[in-house]
Amino acid sequence: MKRFGLISVPYLWLLALFLVPFLIVLKISLSDTALAIPPYTPTLDMSEGWAGFTAWLSELDMENFTWLTQDDLYWKAYLSSLKIATMSTILALLVGFPIAYGMSRAPDEWRPTLMMMIILPFWTSFLIRVYAWKAILSQEGLLNQLLMSIGIIGEPLTILNTNTAVYIGIVYTYLPFMVLPIYSALERLDESLLEAAEDLGCSRMTAFWLVTLPLAKQGIIAGSFLVFIPAMGEFVIPSLLGGSKTLMIGKVLWEEFFSNRDWPVASAVAIVLLLILIIPIVLFQRNEEKQREAGK
Amino acid sequence: MSDAALATAPAEFAPWEDAQATPLIRFQNVTKRFGDFTAIDNLTIDIYEREFFALLGPSGCGKTTMMRMLGGFETQTEGTILIDGQDVAPIPPNKRAVNMMFQSYALFPHLSVAENIAFGLKRDKMPKDQIAARVDEMLNLVQLGKFASRKPHQISGGQRQRVALARSLAKAPKLLLLDEPLGALDKKLRQDTQFELMDIQEQTGTTFVIVTHDQEEAMTVASRIAVMDHGKIIQVDTPAKIYEEPGSVYVADFIGDVNLIEGNVTTSGDDHATISWAEGQQDLIGIAHDAIPAGTRATLAIRPEKVNIATERPADMTNIIHGKVHDIAYLGNMSTYVIQTPTGQLIKAQAANTRRIRRRAITWDQDVWLSFTDTAGVVLTS
Repeated sequence: MKRFGLISVPYLWLLALFLVPFLIVLKISLSDTALAIPPYTPTLDMSEGWAGFTAWLSELDMENFTWLTQDDLYWKAYLSSLKIATMSTILALLVGFPIAYGMSRAPDEWRPTLMMMIILPFWTSFLIRVYAWKAILSQEGLLNQLLMSIGIIGEPLTILNTNTAVYIGIVYTYLPFMVLPIYSALERLDESLLEAAEDLGCSRMTAFWLVTLPLAKQGIIAGSFLVFIPAMGEFVIPSLLGGSKTLMIGKVLWEEFFSNRDWPVASAVAIVLLLILIIPIVLFQRNEEKQREAGK
Repeated sequence: MSDAALATAPAEFAPWEDAQATPLIRFQNVTKRFGDFTAIDNLTIDIYEREFFALLGPSGCGKTTMMRMLGGFETQTEGTILIDGQDVAPIPPNKRAVNMMFQSYALFPHLSVAENIAFGLKRDKMPKDQIAARVDEMLNLVQLGKFASRKPHQISGGQRQRVALARSLAKAPKLLLLDEPLGALDKKLRQDTQFELMDIQEQTGTTFVIVTHDQEEAMTVASRIAVMDHGKIIQVDTPAKIYEEPGSVYVADFIGDVNLIEGNVTTSGDDHATISWAEGQQDLIGIAHDAIPAGTRATLAIRPEKVNIATERPADMTNIIHGKVHDIAYLGNMSTYVIQTPTGQLIKAQAANTRRIRRRAITWDQDVWLSFTDTAGVVLTS
């Protein structure tokens, strides 16, 4: 009984905070838009009992999902999000791995400080930090002023309101999620493994490829998913830093909800996004399990 | 302990006594400093081919640093290290014909047992079929054929130790370095593995240098032992010599159990010295190869198992000590008697329990006489 009580807590948590909202969104996605509060029909009227329930059920349909396939805006947005998320993940890996590696090789007394520097940005509002990037990347921004004063460029670069700015924003925001799992994998790496590799005839470089990298693999995979999954549905960064041409599904979703007030279509977009993300989420879970097994 | 002393290398193998033999490894006035700390202090030593050489000492004595310099992981601050006549200072670890077995074993967790063993061979660009043959040979050597495809975390500690040994031997190095190779094993397994190590060393003919803080292990496996302390080698000798004729009180005390009896030298010469050590007790005589001036403060080191214990005063023994039984420790195969002399000094004697314990003649507070021959102990001045 006690054991049941213990495991029921996380299940109740999941039920209340994931499954119930998901079912609500699913229901809305099967409804029709209406000029009402809430802006969709049908709404369930329990006073009519079972007959009311079946009537309510019969009015639900897949119309909104069909609509998603008819307007090419949606699949283009999904595809574009996929591309931006993938690119950002690769960029975050390229930036994050050296940082994590450097941290793991740093003297012991430095590590807490370095760790602090990675986590510190979280203490400020995410929105403010993204806004700060607007100031850095704009035509008259800090970056352009700096580059022009050094004399590298003659005319200001257009970075803000392009996809480049979105990449910068996503990499910046999600970098800690890439760095921390890789760091934790590299930190556990026993220095004597590298010495053993060298002892057996590896140069430093081959030892890195044959020992360090394979042992950091789990961390790299975990970090990549932790960046990819939220980046896929990102909304704030593309709307603040991206331009009118930046197409991301999160932005489309927001517009459907708040500009169009078409909750059913917006919900359908969200459901499809979730279905797309289930694949990497399952892969991520599997990687975590493998890591736990190997750690034993 | 006496068992272990018997199990040394065959008597005829003693290249260090042959002036013609060229050593495989030469440390010449080697000093290593880490900042202010001197890990190795002006050390000179020769190690010969096919030797099983043990570096023995407490932690922090510099033995691991010495080994890491041979492996190429540290470079000496001063002096020269020659391996096979070649100055190795500029040679990185991956270019040395030296392999090391790490204390943590350092097995690659993402590779199987066979892949671990093949790791070094692949780096040498050996053809695939030769690698496979060599890996099989190594697996047979350490009797792990069945575990070839297991990952390191799927085998026991003792098996991991053998994989590490197989991996370090796979490239047939001229010199194998073993850093506390048996430290992580329990006592029984450690003893079995010691004999296995000796067999493998004999079979492969490789020179082994082993680092250990376990004196029993060093006694069992080594052809010669270097006892180290504070970055210096205190004594280098065969296990038997180290045990029987320690050159200093430090070595005598570090290896095995010993009685240290302090006194003043009265006479000396003819390979012996006599010390007077307590009022009312007879002077004691022991081995001293160099003459010691009379009046020098010296210590007679005598192993407990070389001390006889009797209830009657023995008639024909050179060294006799009278005292009362202070304590008896029953160890099963033997008993250790702690005798208190009238002046309060405690001296240990060991005797085999050839009789049932109930019929033992000696008991607490009994008057007894300890005796030993004039070659049983050594008189040490340092």
